[in-house]
Amino acid sequence: MRERYEVVIGLEVHVQLTTKTKIFCGCSTAYGGRPNSHTCPVCLGMPGTLPVLNRQVVEDAIKAGLATHCSIAPRSIFARKNYFYPDLPPGYQISQLELPICEGGHLDIETEGRGERRIGITRIHMEADAGKLLHSSEAGVGSLVDLNRASTPLLEVVSEPDMRSSDEAIAYLKQLHQIVRYLNICSGNMEEGAFRCDANVSVRPFGQQALGTRAELKNINSFRFIKEGIEYEVERQIELIEDGGTVVQETRLFDSDTGTTRSMRGKEEAHDYRYFPDPDLVPMVVDADWIGRVKEQLPELPAEKLQRFMEEFELPEAVAQVLTAERPLADYFEACTRLHPDPRTCANWVMGDVQRMLNETGLAIDKIPISAPMLCGILERIADNTISGKLGKQVFDLMWESGKDADTIIEEQGLKQVSDTGAIEAMVEEVIRANPEQAEEFSSGKDKLLGFFVGQVMRASRGKANPAMVNELLCKKLRDQ
Amino acid sequence: MREKITREEVEKVARLARLECSAAEIDLLADQFEAIMARVEQLNELNTDTVEPTSHAVLLENVFRADEVQDSIGVEQALRNAPLQAQDCFAVPKVIE
Amino acid sequence: MELTDLTIHEMVRQLRGGELSAVALTEACLKRIGATDTHINAFITVCREEALAAARQADDRLAQARQIQQDAPMLTGIPVALKDLFVTAEIRTTCASKMLADFIPPYEGAVVRKLKEQGAVIVGKLNMDEFAMGSSSESSAYGAVRNPWDLGRVSGGSSGGSAACVAARQVPASLGTDTGGSIRQPASHCGVVGLKPTYGRVSRSGVVPLASSLDQVGPLTRNVRDCAIMLQAIAGYDPADSTSVNTPVPDYLAGLEEGVAGKKIGMPQEYFNSELDPEVKRAVEKVVETYRNLGAEVVEMSLPHSKYAVSCCYLLSAAEASSNMARYDGVRFGTRVDPGKGLVEMYTATRSQGFGAEVKRRIMFGTLALSSDYYDAYYVKAQKVRTLIREDFTAAFSEVDYILTPATPASAFALGDKNADPLLMYQSDVFTVAANLAGICGLSLPCGSSSAGLPIGVQLLGRPFDEAGLLRIAYAYEQTETWHKAKPEL
Repeated sequence: MRERYEVVIGLEVHVQLTTKTKIFCGCSTAYGGRPNSHTCPVCLGMPGTLPVLNRQVVEDAIKAGLATHCSIAPRSIFARKNYFYPDLPPGYQISQLELPICEGGHLDIETEGRGERRIGITRIHMEADAGKLLHSSEAGVGSLVDLNRASTPLLEVVSEPDMRSSDEAIAYLKQLHQIVRYLNICSGNMEEGAFRCDANVSVRPFGQQALGTRAELKNINSFRFIKEGIEYEVERQIELIEDGGTVVQETRLFDSDTGTTRSMRGKEEAHDYRYFPDPDLVPMVVDADWIGRVKEQLPELPAEKLQRFMEEFELPEAVAQVLTAERPLADYFEACTRLHPDPRTCANWVMGDVQRMLNETGLAIDKIPISAPMLCGILERIADNTISGKLGKQVFDLMWESGKDADTIIEEQGLKQVSDTGAIEAMVEEVIRANPEQAEEFSSGKDKLLGFFVGQVMRASRGKANPAMVNELLCKKLRDQ
Repeated sequence: MREKITREEVEKVARLARLECSAAEIDLLADQFEAIMARVEQLNELNTDTVEPTSHAVLLENVFRADEVQDSIGVEQALRNAPLQAQDCFAVPKVIE
Repeated sequence: MELTDLTIHEMVRQLRGGELSAVALTEACLKRIGATDTHINAFITVCREEALAAARQADDRLAQARQIQQDAPMLTGIPVALKDLFVTAEIRTTCASKMLADFIPPYEGAVVRKLKEQGAVIVGKLNMDEFAMGSSSESSAYGAVRNPWDLGRVSGGSSGGSAACVAARQVPASLGTDTGGSIRQPASHCGVVGLKPTYGRVSRSGVVPLASSLDQVGPLTRNVRDCAIMLQAIAGYDPADSTSVNTPVPDYLAGLEEGVAGKKIGMPQEYFNSELDPEVKRAVEKVVETYRNLGAEVVEMSLPHSKYAVSCCYLLSAAEASSNMARYDGVRFGTRVDPGKGLVEMYTATRSQGFGAEVKRRIMFGTLALSSDYYDAYYVKAQKVRTLIREDFTAAFSEVDYILTPATPASAFALGDKNADPLLMYQSDVFTVAANLAGICGLSLPCGSSSAGLPIGVQLLGRPFDEAGLLRIAYAYEQTETWHKAKPEL
């Protein structure tokens, strides 16, 4: 029965901006802190206070709009969305309804089975975040309101209902996430709620034009939970319909413990947000000049960078994808390519040892103790045969701990590769002498044993012998005997 | 034509505005709103099809502040007028979701 | 003559000259308030100690200035009082509501800061209609303001306390706010000068709003020169108010005496209709005569959309107010009433018991106007009519320099007279509301007395940001009469 239904998903993503201050006052947007320590009369909604718009928020919104192929509104206004809730100090949210800052964009995603799909972006608008409601441990106190987050700037990115599976929803979200991180306008930290998603989910029999009744899943804070929530909701709706029931339009909460969604009772009373233009704020007029200036500052976006990496560095798509997943990693890789002639070697190292150590230590790429020039120091010594590739990895680990450069480590640890023919020849002869049986077997045609001899010689040289020379000399000596 | 303002509408508006009115108040307000509506309906005498709405008397645009941190007022000042506070927060009756 | 009978410009001269101390002047005001305010009820809060401390500081400043032979700022040592919706740090700010009975703000806005910086002595907070919703100052939770000319009559409103305190010579100047006439109408009823500057001329930061797109702060004084002094002190751009306009503030005193010769003044025929009280009409016509004699040209003209202004303003101001009043929810400040049944019940009880009847009525009507069923047909319609009214004035000011009208349809009405019928009450702003919708500046000044001995006011309207011109023509008229010198017996 599952196959008879088409899934329709639209997403509303709240992107918290990384501006230094709140959208309408000068309070810090720093996450956490003592409750209510980042507040002032304006964000507390005290009587007689007035909002003044943070210019950076408009700038960031334009960036997001340009990066998602939206058109930027020449004239845009703020509206008040009126409702009562303790985390909303003035009793209205300053948001945008008519004339949002960006409209009519899209993202192209790769889907399984449907090829590349274009997901429409209806609009992007600016708004103020709410504070946080906490539940008190003290008996009889009820709920607690912390307004540190109140009035933090958000972009709400509203998609068209263009996604047809949870995988497509995730692909869209991940791309949007990657873009806002590239633009450096959002930390992307989902645990801290800096990138939150509401999903509108409905199902309809294939072929039906009209959309089914949708449920809205609220504020889910990880990609996995979004996927789980959508999938649970799809199953629930199909079962409901199959059992002769009807889906009601409602807001549902995802419970990550049970992987299920449940109706938010009580919040369903007649909403009428009574939007109207905020008389405390004046229109924003964005002209071509302004758009042009923002365009000039836009970084290369993930899709362009991916394409360029594949062409310029002749990298396979899978490799280029890993390297461009995050801008700092891509920048790191590119810094390496400017210092080292072989981009593939750079890619191998960045995707190999660099990623391995970042994963092990949990560090972000921008906190890496090995700078691109330091890493290239190692690559250079491998290329000029000072050390072997294998010893290079040892140098890398030592460099991570000590912060010393490659030459210092090679010198201190005596890791310099031995390329002196006489010295290697002596070692080779010694190894052959010590393993007469194996030498005999080799001579009688057991070529595989060459590896054994190479290993022995390398061990004798404590890894420092030039492997190519070892190979060459071993072959010669074993055949000669 | 507009329907007469009903008690139900007044009750709905009271709920939206988080206000409580006695039955007598609702009746009175329904009558008063009806009278006010009847009066303000004179605006419909005017054809405004091609008129742009005015939100502000003074035509300002692009008023911004720089993204520079200003001092906050501090937790004590923030909370000093709170009817009830606990754990550095404003305390409210339990919110059920 | 008592100290409290001095005008501001006389006080300034004596304070600067050292003939008068700020402390003596402040004490005189406090004494006058003590003697008269039980009758008038103009004050909600008198800040005796803070005022005397500020007066002592002012005296120091005056002495220092004298020593270096410079002038201290104009307002140094001048006692003023503020409508109780100006947020004042560490001084209770009630908005004449039970909701804010104990609200002591930890902040204040640009206007209060400017007054303090210039050495003004804030003696107290003035009574008003609750949250400025009214035209008679009867909806205050602290009792009605009474008209110093007849204690059985209203002072007008919503800045009733601001007008009454000046008329009763409790202070030489006060500040009020004007959303649809709330400065000019009470000024007219109490026989004082009241100025509503152009929208954006004076900062609204730290001023509790009624309707944010209409509200403007302005002074009330006993004469035009004092009004110019006060405007000079408070006008100017404020980065904390996105709607304040960054245009230079002229010297309002410089051209005050330049007269009206050659100026063209329009009389909109719509304002002289049959609803106008004959006594008021006669008084205003005499003003016209005076202007003609002074060399101005007075012409008849039309503001065709005048009759829609009250409806338009009422819809817009109620809508904005309903939203502005949402922050009074018993969470962060103000009164809380918690029946212990949950959040929604706390909100509802707090707001139902914290607000008076008129405030509730306007919040609910505004909520109705913004609700989805009415938004387009009423709220947006009113915004469009607002455009037409603005265009009326734009067209008018291309023909005339100033517009002259009666300030109110009649002199002050009796307490309780219009309480039962909100429509009747709103109608008392009929001549003043249009200026708020258009954002232009307007001033009302005394021009007569009714047979019952009540003041009558004339309204002058000017182009946006032409407060200097408005003050100039008001001053020219004032020089020809003595109405502004009349003193109510108390």
